[in-house]
Parts: sequence; structure tokens; C-alpha cells
Amino acid sequence: MDVHSALSIEGLTISYLRRRRPLRVIEDLTLSIRPGEAYGLVGESGCGKSTVAMALMRYLPSNAVVDSGRIMFTGEDLLRVDEATLRRWRGSRMAMVYQDPASALNPSMRVGVQIAEVYRQHRGMYKTAAFEAAGAMLEKVRITDPGKVLRRYPHELSGGQQQRIMIAMALSTDPELLVLDEPTTGLDATVEAEVLDLVEQLRSDFDTSILFISHNLGVVGRVCERVGVLYAGRLIEEGPSEELLRQPRHPYTLGLLRCVPRRGMRKDALRLEPIPGSLPPLGADLPGCVYASRCPIALERCHVEPPPPYDTGNGRISRCHYHDEVPAIPLGEQQQQATPPSPPSDGVVLLRVEGLVKTYGTSRASVQAVAGVSFEVRQGEVFGLVGESGSGKTSLARCLSGLVDASAGDVTLEGFKLSAAEHRRNAELRRKVQMIFQNPDTSLNPQHSVRRILGRALRLLAGIKGRREQERRMLDLASSVRLEPRHLQVRPAALSGGLKQRVAIARAFAGEPALVLCDEPVSALDVSVQAAILNLLLDVQTARGVSYLFISHDLNVVRYLADSIGVMYLGQLVDVGPAQAVFDPPHHPYTEALVSAMTTLEDLDDPRPHVKLGGPMPSPSDPPSGCRFHTRCPRFLGDICRNEAPPWQRDGEGHQYRCHIPPGELRELQRTNGASPGEPASRPNGITPPKRTGNQGKKPRNRLP
Amino acid sequence: MGRFLLRRLWLSAITLLLVSIVLFAVAEVLPGDVGRTILGPFATKAQVVQLNRELGLDRPLPVRYVDWLGGFVSGDWGQSPLLNTPVRPLVVERMINSLMLAAFVLALVVPVSIGLGVLAALHRDGPIDRAISVTGLSLIALPEFVVGVIVLVIFSVQLGWFPVSSQVPSANPVDVFRQFLLPSIPLMLVLFGYIARMARAGTVEALDSNYVRTAILKGLPRRTLIWRHVLRNALLPTISVVSVQVGYLFGGLVVIESLFNYPGIGKLLLDSAVGHDLPVLEATVLVVAVLYMLSNLLADSLYAVLNPRIRVSR
Amino acid sequence: MTEGRNAPASVVVAEPAPAEPPDRREGFRDLAVAAASSKTFLTGAAILLFWVLMALFWGTVAPYDPQAVDPTASLAPPSAEHWFGTDNLGRDVLSRVLAGASSVLTVAPLGTALGMLGGIAVGLVTGYYRGRVDDVVMRVVDALLAFPLIIIAVLVLSVLGSSKVNVILVIGVVFTPIVARTVRSAVLSEREREYVAAARLRGESGAYIMVSEILPNILSPIAVEATIRLGYAIFTSATLSFLSLGIQEPSPDWGLTISLGRVYLQVAPWMVLFPALALATLVVAVNLVADGLLQAVEE
Repeated sequence: MDVHSALSIEGLTISYLRRRRPLRVIEDLTLSIRPGEAYGLVGESGCGKSTVAMALMRYLPSNAVVDSGRIMFTGEDLLRVDEATLRRWRGSRMAMVYQDPASALNPSMRVGVQIAEVYRQHRGMYKTAAFEAAGAMLEKVRITDPGKVLRRYPHELSGGQQQRIMIAMALSTDPELLVLDEPTTGLDATVEAEVLDLVEQLRSDFDTSILFISHNLGVVGRVCERVGVLYAGRLIEEGPSEELLRQPRHPYTLGLLRCVPRRGMRKDALRLEPIPGSLPPLGADLPGCVYASRCPIALERCHVEPPPPYDTGNGRISRCHYHDEVPAIPLGEQQQQATPPSPPSDGVVLLRVEGLVKTYGTSRASVQAVAGVSFEVRQGEVFGLVGESGSGKTSLARCLSGLVDASAGDVTLEGFKLSAAEHRRNAELRRKVQMIFQNPDTSLNPQHSVRRILGRALRLLAGIKGRREQERRMLDLASSVRLEPRHLQVRPAALSGGLKQRVAIARAFAGEPALVLCDEPVSALDVSVQAAILNLLLDVQTARGVSYLFISHDLNVVRYLADSIGVMYLGQLVDVGPAQAVFDPPHHPYTEALVSAMTTLEDLDDPRPHVKLGGPMPSPSDPPSGCRFHTRCPRFLGDICRNEAPPWQRDGEGHQYRCHIPPGELRELQRTNGASPGEPASRPNGITPPKRTGNQGKKPRNRLP
Repeated sequence: MGRFLLRRLWLSAITLLLVSIVLFAVAEVLPGDVGRTILGPFATKAQVVQLNRELGLDRPLPVRYVDWLGGFVSGDWGQSPLLNTPVRPLVVERMINSLMLAAFVLALVVPVSIGLGVLAALHRDGPIDRAISVTGLSLIALPEFVVGVIVLVIFSVQLGWFPVSSQVPSANPVDVFRQFLLPSIPLMLVLFGYIARMARAGTVEALDSNYVRTAILKGLPRRTLIWRHVLRNALLPTISVVSVQVGYLFGGLVVIESLFNYPGIGKLLLDSAVGHDLPVLEATVLVVAVLYMLSNLLADSLYAVLNPRIRVSR
Repeated sequence: MTEGRNAPASVVVAEPAPAEPPDRREGFRDLAVAAASSKTFLTGAAILLFWVLMALFWGTVAPYDPQAVDPTASLAPPSAEHWFGTDNLGRDVLSRVLAGASSVLTVAPLGTALGMLGGIAVGLVTGYYRGRVDDVVMRVVDALLAFPLIIIAVLVLSVLGSSKVNVILVIGVVFTPIVARTVRSAVLSEREREYVAAARLRGESGAYIMVSEILPNILSPIAVEATIRLGYAIFTSATLSFLSLGIQEPSPDWGLTISLGRVYLQVAPWMVLFPALALATLVVAVNLVADGLLQAVEE
């Protein structure tokens, strides 16, 4: 045990009792966190990281059993202290922030009161003093107008504000340990960036040790000094974050790193490499190394002898017998070949959208979800549509697919008008435009077998009614998405997320579509599965020459995948053009913010300052005047942005964006503010918006989206 | 919040209107040819037509309806052919009697049920919870008339502790108990089952919520947790159930008042139904509908005030 | 190791099992399996089954003819010959109790079935197609949801006359909007799911979507609703016959016998006691079944 550590977990082993049988969830976990250090615990879903967090706070479900181990915190074993001490420590010496802040706050209590509670409980303050202290804390977490916010109820605040309040609550008593369990999952990219920035800033104000739990390697790499990788309940690698992520010493870590798209990676150059196989079932008793069945360098020994934590130098640990060989693991065969490019399209336009508008609601209270969008998708290309919540990208997809009627505008597919809603489209059009949805659990009817789902699609979209022909085509379809015949007779509940998504893909392709709308098709999947599905999508595209409209909030994926990109903000398209052109300056300031908010592993090598956006996202029901982005824009010019809608600026190569700043000037501005190689990361963090004086005309309203 | 309540008010008005239409249809239209019924099968067609004209039954339906409804709205509720007395004072008096009994029942059963329901949830799956839940479940199963009969026989006929027929009590609380206790028991038993169950469910949901987890991890003591975090949110759904139970209560009154001979609106309803006393029957149903709507409105208002999501915004 | 706290006990919430994502809405088959392992459900189902069998086969089981009058043995207490005693007309109470099951188990289930059929049809259509009219209508139904069935029944029966058929009709008609509302809200949440969108994109007809896509996924709430409605129906029809508004003499209907036996309560309490117990056990049974189903659905 390291005497100087704030937190020390030793040999922690936890099981869950399911129907009286114990299932091992955490196996022999040992890690320690020094005072003031940020330690990141990384793993995919089902690896047990949340269980670790809960164990720390001693908040395990009643069917959890701690088989062995200690958690030493300030000299005492957390698992054995008495209730009274535990209650005293919780919220004062150790605090936790977790996912989904909306449900974590009491809906019937004002947020100020909820923060003040901590002061009253742990500092013995009286009501008014506690309330004031809460206000001071809100200022520390950079909430604008703290006095007002204190009196609000949780449902009146945005997701970002709610999470800041959770952080404020957690840090109010200057705890020694702060546990963050997926605190930014589910938040928009720009909001996530803000919250992470905040965490970084707060670390200098407070001396807290942090345990940061996440599935996102980039985020953890950015925030934490040391990282531990969890797989099936075991810590398989640990070390300083930069080093570990650059030079992993465990095949799993390497696998994780290789299946995530990186800056500079393009689909035509490299394929993503998914990790074959799947996570062992919970509590499986595995002899030998728990990763052996999926490991590219596993040998006889690995299947028999569980590897101990080897010390690989420089404070690094790896549970792999052959950890020296990890850096030399070659790229998989598949990855060495690039995805063959889709057949040349001659730039023929497949889909043309002009002035599409979609308004919801009555004449009195209407929301313009899509406010006049125009773009083109060429044959055989991937058009990436990017935007955060409230951008209107989902509504756009629904209009294009025909699920809802567009309120105005023209859409043509292969020259045929497409505005009509799906019940007015004919079978031909229907089979040409299909959709793949985000949530694999609900996009397949849980009561139907896979065979029935695909059969129905074949029947209606491909017109195949005969049983024998259907069966033949179904097997074809299944193999094209790498499903096995045995998968056909089961119901979706028996399949994993990745398999379900394959069925969804097969279903969409049953009728040989021309355009497939992909609405966040991989967002709900684990990283290792994402890679496989993305590869599949690309393969199918090559084989059949379809075009994709690929909607995503994950710019990493879009950058890898897309040929052209469109960026949406509050119902408008603000930036559109070839992918590379959109990602590099000059581009719309919102695009700039999105790009800088991407937490990628490359940032470790080349830290760039983050662009900060002022204020929360305005509500689509009440968009700002003039340029819709002006209320948050770090390059806000003045009245012109407030009053006049910005024109389209063309940057050659088919790239255009809406802004009052012309391309030449914008390019200069954006290049100089981006860090050039060699610049220390100690530049002021990002571009702060110009000082606003007095009454700024239309105040951005803080309404919930 | 204002708009929310206004909408509810509006909705209640429309609903009452619909109820009146249905009532009119059932009571005035369904029975068929009234003239024929009165005169019998051997009267001539001309005589039947004549009588119908005299009774005003040959006018078009919408006219009849408006006339009928207008009567109620203006306060003229007609005359009871059976009892030979104006309808309105009779119905109003009976309504007040019933409200007294209902208030007694609610005052006793609601706090006890909520308290026990919450208690059951706090000791979830333990013996207390089992006991309360099973009791509640069994009590729901007993129709009021069964309990009423048993209670009546044991406590008033056999033991003579309480009067066999309940009358409207004087202001003296002892008298109130004497008259009201027996008839309330059957009503209370069933209501207890539903309310306790809802209170338990609401409390369990609050206990399992993420915000209670936050509160626990803040190190708050149990009492603060329960009172400030759990109960505030647990009781919201319970309130809406109580309004549903009020409706149920009115139904129970019909049986209980008849059983205990209590001069309330339930008994009036039954008597007038059996005796085909249409004016009284219609008036009674309308009054009950209005009372029901009012209690719903009250519950909605209470809910709106207590639920910040509605109170703050809109 | 863990303090008494208030977190959910299920494993699935704390740590998602990797290969099998938990699907809340399980199929009917899974519901049936889950229900079959619930003690509550089984107890209730057993009692219910007993009464159903009695309702069908009381002719063979009952020792006496329920209508057989025997003035010499009137008001006799329970004995070896008459396990439940006799009533004022010398009729054997046990036989009457057994026979009475058929009366309540005809009216209530038929009324409920009528209401369920109507309610499912209306609920599916209004839930799927929606529209302004539907919203207003549903709000009105909401407002009247708890309007006491008894009062409506009393009103209607007094106008239309008392008979078994009328009681069934009243129950069926009044239940239809109530069931429709439950079905509708289940449909409302299902229709937003992506598999419904996928069906629409395939060009499936509305009828197909309602019946083949959505309906199989809402069978659980429908089953729960059906059992709850049945409980109410039994309750109500017994109360109606107690008030002499439903079934007529000389039927051995329980509510009716209790009403008749009231007068003799001091001298022959068994006349009231046994039918009351029978009624109570039946309603308890239905409630247990409903509860068992509800628990199975929630898991």
C-alpha cells in the first residue's frame, strides 16, 4: 500500500447473486490514486466500471457481495467503517457525479436548496448562509446569473447547467475524492467540452483526487494523468495516460485504439479494425487470461495460466504474458487493405434538396425544426450530416424518408419528386429510400423473428413473394451482412446490439435501395462493435453502389466516413462541402467549435486550445434574429450579426458556409488561433467572446430546448 | 399553471355537457313512446299522439334537450311525481348529508392509508410490507354490501352499540361517530386498499430514483431523505388516485346509504331509479356528476400546485 | 457489507449483461412464464379455476337441487346433511353457493369480454391514427374515467329493465372507453418506436401495423387490464343483484341471496356468510391474478 495515496483499492473482488448463484463482476482489482491526481478508468459496457464506482461509495445493490479486498481511504477501510462515519464522509470527503444529471436532481426542490443541503449537513450552516455558499459555488462552476439559477427547478435548466450543478454539489465541501461516472455521456459535444474544461479548471482550485470513469478513451486521455483499462472486471493495463494510449502494452488496449477512427484516417486509406468475438458473459469462470479468446497473439499458455500484473516499467502494469510483443502486433489483414472505393459516380446527383422546411405545432405555437435546407447528395457518396440536439437533423431525415410531410421545399431523387409522405409514395420510391435507425433494441419488432422481419422486407420492398425465392434471397441477404442462418429463427432479444444492427441493415437493403438514411446507426453500440458495423456499411456500399446520408453527432466517425459534410445548427445548414474542406479552416465558427470539441487521442500529441461558446443553445421554438448562431459565436462582429442573416460564402472546391466574415479573413483568424506545432499548451484556453457591454439588444433567452 | 387549470376547467364544462346529453338520451329518449306506455296498448293512435303533444314530447329532440337543460341551469328542477315535492331542495339536502358522510370517511381513511402505504414501501419486502399489502389486497376484494351487512349485524343488531339506521348527526362529535362509524367502515376498507397501494407504489418509485441516490451519496440522514426527498415526489401520484377514489366513493354510497337507511343522495338515486321517478333520478345523476367533476378539479389544482413542472412554466 | 439502502435489487440495472440487452417488453410467452412462477398469480389462478369449474359443473357436484324447497328443514344450521345449512325456504345453502358461481361467472366475464373487444378496437385505431378529435374525446374519457359504474348501471337498468343481458351490455359499453384509454396509451408509446417507422417505410398498411406489429407488443398491459376489469365487473354485478337490479329471483346468484338473507341475519347468519365468503374469495382470486401479472410485467 502506498502511504501517499488518497485512495487505494486492494484486491477488490465483487460478485452479484443472480438466482442464488454468484457471478463474479470484479476480480482482484488493485489501483491507487495519489492526492490531487486524476485517474481514468476505461472500459466498454459490462466491464464493471460502474460497479467499482458504487463500491467506492459503498452503494452496491443488495445482491452484491464483496468477496474480498479493501478500499483504503484516508487510513480506513471504506468497506468496513460504520454507518455513521460513512454518512459523514459521503458528500463531504468523497462525492460522486454521474450520468444523466436531469434525473439525478430532485424535481421538486429548487437547485439552490439541493446544493445548500450539503452545507447544512456537513458544515452545520444555517439556511441563509448555506444558500449563499451555494451561490458562491455556482459562480465557481461558471454558471451565469447564479442568483437566478439558485431559485430554479431542475427541469428549467439545460443539460449542461444541470451537470454543473451536480459538480458544484460534489465539490462544495472540497472533498478528497471525486468520482465521475460517465459525466458527459449523453451531453452534446460542445456541452461536453465545456464540462470537461470546467473539470480541468477546477482541479487547480480544488485539490481533489479524481476517479474518472468513461468508455471514451479520448476524454479520459485528455483529463487524466493515469489510466487503467478494465476488461471483464479485471484491470488489464495501467499507466500514465499519454504513454499508455500512445504505446499500449496489452492487446485489448491496442484493439480499442485501433477500432476508433483517428484524425487523418480516411476510409479510403485504412479500415477500422474491430475486435473479433464478444465479451465473455457475466461471471463466466475462465481459466487463463480473460481476453485469450479474442487475442491476436494468444498462445497455449494464455488459455491456461491467468497472467499476473507484470511491471512494464515507468509505473506501468500489464496483465499479459506477452506484453513486450504488443507494440509489434501488425495491423489486421483487413486493415491493411483499404476499403475499395465505391464505383465512380461521375458526380451524378442522386438526391437534391431545395429549401426544405418542416414546422411542427399549431399556428400559435410553432417550432421550425428545419428552416430552409438545401444540399445535394451524389451517387455512391457518403454525405455526413452533423449537428447537436435541436439542430433539426432528425426531422430532416424523417422528411426525406417520408415519415413526415415536409412543410415546404422540393426534394428530388433521380429526378423524381419526393416530397410526398410515405403513404403517398409508390412502391418503387419506397424501396429506393430506406432508413437505418439508431436504437437497435427498438428498431426491430421484439415479437417477430428475424426471418419474419427480413421476409416482410423482401416481400414488400423487393416484391418477392414465393417462399423458395424468399428463402434464397434471405440467405443471401444474411450473408451479405455476415449473419449466420441460425440467427434467422431467433427473436431480436436473443441477439447482441451489433447483430441486431446487422439485421436492420439487411432489412434496409432488401429492396436494393439507392439512398439509405443512417440515423446515428452506431451511436448506441460499443466502440469495438462500431468498427465492425462501419466496415460493414462501407462494404455494402461498395457492393451495391448506394449513397448514404449519414447522420451523427460523432465527428470522429463522420470525418472518417464522409465524402461530403453538412453542418446543421438550429434548423439551418451553416456549413456544407467536401469533408476535408469543411473540417479545415476557413469554416463556420460553429464548425470550428465542434471540431475543437472533439476529444481525440491526437490531442495528446498536439493540444489545441478549445473554442468556447458563450451561453446555452437557444430553443428551436425561438431562434435568435439575424444569424442564428450570433448569441454564442466567439467571432461575433456586432450588430450586423444580430440583424442580418448571413450570406453564403464560397471557399472554392464546392465548400460554402454562412457567415458575415469572408473566407480569406476567416482563414487567417482561424489559422492563427489554432495552435501551430510547437506551441505550448499554455495559451489562454480558447477564444473568449468579445466583451459585451450593457444592453446587447436581444438577450439570448434561457429556455429549455 | 394558470393555463393548465383553465384548460381543465374548460374540459370539465364540456364533459358535464356531454354527461347531460347522455343522461338526457338515456332517461328521456330511451324509454320510448311515453304516451303509449302511460295509456297502454289499447288506446288509439290519436289518443297517444294527443297525450304526447300535451306532455311536450312531440317537439324535436334538440329543443327538448335545451329546454330540459335550461330547467336545470335556471334552478327549476321540477317536481317529483312520486314524492310530490319539489326536486331541488330534496336533492340539495340529500347531497349535503352525503357530503358529510363522505368527508368523515375521507378524513379517516386518507391519512391512514397514505401513512401505511408509505410505511410499507419504506420496509419493502419485509414483514410489515407483506402484512399491509396482503391486508389491502383482501380488503379490496370485499364488496361494500358484504362488509356492511356483517358490520351492521354484529355491531348494531347483536351488540347494539350503534343504531341500526343512521341519521344525520348533530354537531356533537360523539353523535357524529355514532351515526357515521358503521356506514363508513365498508367504504373505508375498500378505499384503504387502493390508496395504500398507490402510496406504496409512488414511494417505491421515488426510493428507486436517481435523485434519491444523489441524496444518499450526499450523506443526508434518513429522516431528511424521507421527508424532503422521497415523500414530496412520492405523494404526487397518490393525489391523483385519491380523486379517482372519490368517484368510487360515490358509487359505494349508493349501496351503503340504502343498507343503513341514511338519507343521502345515494339512497335517493336508488329509490328514484326503482320507483321510476325521472326528475329526481336525473337531478341526482347530474348533481353527482358535478360533484365528481369538482373533486377532479380540486385534485388537479392540488397536483398543479405541488408539481413544480406545472407550477413553474406554461 | 452494504448498508440497508434503497437501490434496486435487480442485477440488470447495475451492470448490463453484455450479450443480452434487457428488453422490458417481453412477449406474451415470457409473461406467461414469469407469471407461472409467481406464487401470487398461481394462488389466484387456482381459486379462479375452482370457481370456473363449479360454474360449469355444479350440476354434478352439488348435493341438492339449489331450487329444491323443503319447508321442514328451513333455517337449519350447518350439519352433516347440509354442510352450509339451509335458508328460509329449506334450500341447501351449499348447493346454492356452488350454483351461484355460474351466475356471476357468466355476466361478469361476458361483460368484460365485450368491453375488452370494443376497447381494443377503439384503442388501436385512436392510438395509431390519433388526430384532433381523438385527443378531445380521450380527454373527456379521462375526465369520466372513475365515474362510478354503479351509478351508470343503476340509471340504465332502471330505464331498460333488469336482466342479465342488460347488465352485460352496460358493463361492456361502460368498459369500452376505459379499456380503449389503456390500450391507446400503450399504442401511443409503441407507435413512436422505430420498428413501426420501419414498417411504414416498407409500405405496410395501417391495419397490418396495428394488428401485426403493435398489438403483439402490448399484450401484457392488455392482459393486466382485462383482469382488473374482470374484478370490477364481478364486484359490480354482485352489487347490482344485491340491489335487486340485476338478476332476478329465484336465481341462486350470490348478491341476490345475500340481499334476501339480510332479514334472517340474526337467526341464520350462514345464509349470508357463505355466499359472502364465496364472493370474497372469487374477487380476491381475480385480484391476485391481476397482481401477479402486474408483477411479472414489471420485472
